[in-house]
Amino acid sequence: MATTANGLAVLEGQVSDEEKPGFKTGNHAGQVRTCDTTGLPVCLTAQRFIRLNAVAAVVFLLVGGVAALLLALTRWPTVHLLPADWYYRVLTAHGLNMLILWIIFMEIAILYFAGTTLLNSRLASKGTAWVAFGLMVAGALAINGAVWSGKADVMMTSYVPLQAHWSFYLGIILFAVGALIAVINFLATLYIAKRDKTYAGSVPLVVFGATAAAIIAVVTLLHGAVVMIPTFLWSLGLTEAPDAAWYRLVWWGLGHQSQQINVCAMVSVWYLLGTLTVGAKPLNQAVCRGAFVLYILFINLASAHHLLVDPGVGAGWKIWNTSYAMYLAVLASMIHGFTVPASVEVAMRKKGHDKGLFGWLFAAPWKNPGFSAFFLSLVIFGFLGGITGVTLGTQQINIIAHNTLRIPGHFHTTVVGGTSLAFMGLAYYVVPLIFQKEYPAKALARLQPFVFAGGITLMAIAMSFAGSYGVPRRHWDINFTGAQFAAGFDSTAHLMMGLVGIGGTIAFTGLLIFLLLTVAAVFFGRSNAGKKMEAW
Amino acid sequence: MSISFPEQGWFKAPSAGERLWIGLAIAWCIVLTLAMPYWHFKGKQNSTGEAYRVTPAEFYQRAQKFIEAYKVGEDRYTAIVQPPPGTDVYLTARMWRWDPVLKLKKDQTYRLHVGSMDLNHGFSLQPVNMNFQVVPGYDHVLTLTPTRAGEYSIVCNEFCGVGHHTMAGKIIVEE
Ligand code: HEM
Ligand SMILES: [Cu+2]
Ligand SMILES: [Cu+2]
Repeated sequence: MATTANGLAVLEGQVSDEEKPGFKTGNHAGQVRTCDTTGLPVCLTAQRFIRLNAVAAVVFLLVGGVAALLLALTRWPTVHLLPADWYYRVLTAHGLNMLILWIIFMEIAILYFAGTTLLNSRLASKGTAWVAFGLMVAGALAINGAVWSGKADVMMTSYVPLQAHWSFYLGIILFAVGALIAVINFLATLYIAKRDKTYAGSVPLVVFGATAAAIIAVVTLLHGAVVMIPTFLWSLGLTEAPDAAWYRLVWWGLGHQSQQINVCAMVSVWYLLGTLTVGAKPLNQAVCRGAFVLYILFINLASAHHLLVDPGVGAGWKIWNTSYAMYLAVLASMIHGFTVPASVEVAMRKKGHDKGLFGWLFAAPWKNPGFSAFFLSLVIFGFLGGITGVTLGTQQINIIAHNTLRIPGHFHTTVVGGTSLAFMGLAYYVVPLIFQKEYPAKALARLQPFVFAGGITLMAIAMSFAGSYGVPRRHWDINFTGAQFAAGFDSTAHLMMGLVGIGGTIAFTGLLIFLLLTVAAVFFGRSNAGKKMEAW
Repeated sequence: MSISFPEQGWFKAPSAGERLWIGLAIAWCIVLTLAMPYWHFKGKQNSTGEAYRVTPAEFYQRAQKFIEAYKVGEDRYTAIVQPPPGTDVYLTARMWRWDPVLKLKKDQTYRLHVGSMDLNHGFSLQPVNMNFQVVPGYDHVLTLTPTRAGEYSIVCNEFCGVGHHTMAGKIIVEE
């Protein structure tokens, strides 16, 4: 039976202050500051690790970004910049630095933020956070060392029996273990917040989404261990090579599910940015949360779409896994694709922007890069990414798309135009609020999301067209100079490859603006400590 | 707000607009789910994944026997092989060549066995653009019926080392 502060029993049906949803007494033991802009409590330990992980993320984004430019300029037929061996080496580096290092460091920063600030809690363990960060950095350095020294020209998928130096696999294992420890630290933070009653009520939606991402991350990283440890032992010469088809199956249990972590994290960031930029409010919490649960339940099975033209897995298995299972995960994205823009619309209409069907959208704060990055990410992911993804996951269509450029065309609209762009939008708030530094050259920052989104969209569409003419991905010379038999592609395909180069260069420009401004802000930006952040 | 604690009683049924959208989305998912088996049985091009475990050495021997039996010529140090319609046909992939050159008859059905001697390779038939994975240790069987005469190239579209982009083979389809 609950009682009020002065000891009176609470009448039935009435909610005591203690039970009312919201913040209660924090557990920070003094290690906390109040955000000058939002009034939210910021745990100082968490703040340090959010900063560290975000800085690491941006460093690897820079490495991956330079690689991206080199790749775009190599696949542009009239430029054809890199020699063959360096093209494959840089391609390996690009995939790993971007898809693994940039994205996952950023996600750990997001988890630390969601678990502490939004729940009024401290980070569960500072020591553990150091261990996690140390392992992740060590792993990232080992991976990059192996790749750039030419000991691991195996692509990020490293399909056995193609073999890299053992330090490459060790790097991946170290990084994954570090990430797993960080995720456990986040889950432990959820636990102590609950135990210490730092809040009452159900956790905020963003925390719920982040938790879904964390749960999928645990399952994913376990797949990673199952496939990487035997491969590591084999690279040391201790065991036989793992079966090549088994490797592909389990590797995609890792590779595909990790994309679902990215989707969960991205959708959480959409909700977060919707709130920060226009004050958007989820319309129906139950619907939004239900959609996150669908991700957790159904995504593993959808990994099958990577093996649609593989030997060894039968037609029944392919049909089953690409039909019901995939569509239940797709359903979740369809739901978020409705609820996120709807929440923005409602918020904008409430502010009086009520003209016509789309008046609210035109009146939206497009000058705020946090908003434009968020909304462009939503559109690119929802339309281009969603449609291409569902198409490619069809058993028959996959026959004409497998390993062609249609595949990178697809995922540069999901994980780049979607997730990475949303994370950039987030940075436009993380730097002022967590680093307490103002962005310089705000006009340039306002332009940045449009440049990046435009370039990536052009490149991805051009890749998709080139791929539908049969142009392979991961391929240095589509004219097959010196090949035993003549092969090649017609002039339209070459034109498309030119557009890949142009779009890629524009996207790189957008990326570079982001990197320069962010580095300038973090290291040389005006401090806004004690003040509200400047409005975008 | 998505960053604050929802009011008590947040667990409620979707509103009319949401119900409509979710209903449409579910209906669409059901249509596509049923389309998957439908396309499989109605469609003319499927990847059934028929495959058998085989060591590279064993596969190589079968392919060699096949080449010796039906060899009709040579092109750029590669045997041209013309198997009788309806039979088993072998194609080996290795860094960085496809072996042999196949001469097939239009509108005849063959069982094409594709196997790898070393790494993963990608069987990518151009310009028709049909793509299948070739995994070492597996005999991947593709039942195929060429429907148009002409010369086709097989390019490799799975990364297989630094000579990957020079890996191209040939299939000839005759009237
Ligand atoms: C400026 C932005 C970017 C540009 C211009 C760009 C361009 C490219 C190009 C040209 C390729 C090579 C395709 C091929 O030849 O097969 C590629 C591959 C790839 N990119 Fe990007 N990219 C960018 C950003 C990103 C980001 C942010 C991510 C991940 C978050 C990413 C993930 C990948 C992956 C996973 C591959 C495939 C690697 C492989 O085949 O192993 N890219 N990108
Ligand atoms: Cu090959
Ligand atoms: Cu190859």
